Amino acid sequence: MERIDPRARSDAYGSRLNRSHSPLLANVVPWLSIMLGSLVPIFFIAAALPMVPPLGFLMLLGWRLVRPGLLPVWAGIPLGIFDDLYNGQPFGFAIFTWSVTLLLIEASEMRLPWRAFWQDWLIAGLLGVLYLFSGWLLSGAPLTSASLAAIVPQLVLTILVFPIISRVVARLDLWRLWRWKRL
Amino acid sequence: MAPSSQRRSSYSKRAQYNLFTGYIVAGVGALLGAVLLGISFFQPQLFGGPRGAAQDAASPATETVAAARTGSKSLWDSISGYYRAGSKNAELKREMELARIRLEEAEALRQENVRLKGLLGLQEEERKPVAVARLVGSTASSTRRFAYLGAGSEDGVTVGMPVRSPRGVVGRILETGSLSSRVLLLTDSESVLPVRRAGDETVAFAEGRGDSLLRIKLINLGINPLKVGDMFVTSGAGGYYPPGIAVAIVTELTDDGGLARIVSDPAATDYVSVEPIFEPDAATGAETPIETELGD
Repeated sequence: MERIDPRARSDAYGSRLNRSHSPLLANVVPWLSIMLGSLVPIFFIAAALPMVPPLGFLMLLGWRLVRPGLLPVWAGIPLGIFDDLYNGQPFGFAIFTWSVTLLLIEASEMRLPWRAFWQDWLIAGLLGVLYLFSGWLLSGAPLTSASLAAIVPQLVLTILVFPIISRVVARLDLWRLWRWKRL
Repeated sequence: MAPSSQRRSSYSKRAQYNLFTGYIVAGVGALLGAVLLGISFFQPQLFGGPRGAAQDAASPATETVAAARTGSKSLWDSISGYYRAGSKNAELKREMELARIRLEEAEALRQENVRLKGLLGLQEEERKPVAVARLVGSTASSTRRFAYLGAGSEDGVTVGMPVRSPRGVVGRILETGSLSSRVLLLTDSESVLPVRRAGDETVAFAEGRGDSLLRIKLINLGINPLKVGDMFVTSGAGGYYPPGIAVAIVTELTDDGGLARIVSDPAATDYVSVEPIFEPDAATGAETPIETELGD
């Protein structure tokens, strides 16, 4: 059989002979990748404007929308605590907004059960706008129209980067369920 | 894509309860977040400890990236320096000659200063920086403008100390961890700095706007004396910053002052120095509420 088609006994997750999924990777990859997303923006020095899209939040949206049913509804609490340690907003902001975000996605799935990618993108875009606007509102600093105008470039970037993030999540998901050779 | 099967609650009571508990926990989490958020509005420093520890934990990575960043920047500068080298060279020579003349004048002024200060019996002690470190990161995705510094309480850094680069003021220490600390940058909308115009005594406040510009608010209202291109330096009022460090240059005039651009861009600096608080007594005095002060 293999002589005719070498991929006959394999699927998207690799060959099936003498191989199995790694339970560790399957469980850990989504959480770790979201935490890594929370960590990445601190490496940039942005003195003038908020410049980098909220990558932790986008990874959360990506995992939730690309792979529904994987993250539990309460995932916003532990992941939000981690994000709050690094995001610069007052502590509790990410715990609050990420939990509300996951509940909102649940509600949206009740309304729109059948999805194509562009509906996911629309939902992610709307949630991104809401998240950045509430970030401006709840930043703990005096609210100025100048600082509101300053989030516009970040907003555009956030909406545009979501397709890339969902591609990354899909690739990570493939890797998460890869069959490794059994020893 | 079809709806995921997890949405449909099965006949299993256990599955139904699991789903239900998930919603309850998520709702409680949102409430908890809202409560924590409310607390940190009134006590912003309350969670400084865990944040400092988290920043310390990340500092090996951030330090490495900061070193790579400054290294690659100088490489890029030397490459771009070759672009139009001839005309630049001529221009620099002309500027250099002017600067030499000004330098001689400044030297004369310095000597006069020393003489006059000697007459007045003023003593000038040398101010040594507490620590010299790199800016290792910033909160690049937040509306707030904080930077992380690669020196913490182990290096003697304490809250309130001014941070400056060779060009000018960068900000002020807001929280300290043991290996790293958080700096409130001038561009943050909570940052207020007493300044004066270089050359005369026009005093003002420089407030961050959150969009890379500072708002210069004149204290004496009247005819706006500012011109585009005016340089503002620290006035030393408030006790945190020593006087005479460059802060910002006016780029636009408004009714009550102007908008100014910061002189020292933190993204372009290599090393910054943390300096001791200029007048600690004045700084604590300015923080004491008037009621407590009157009560004594």
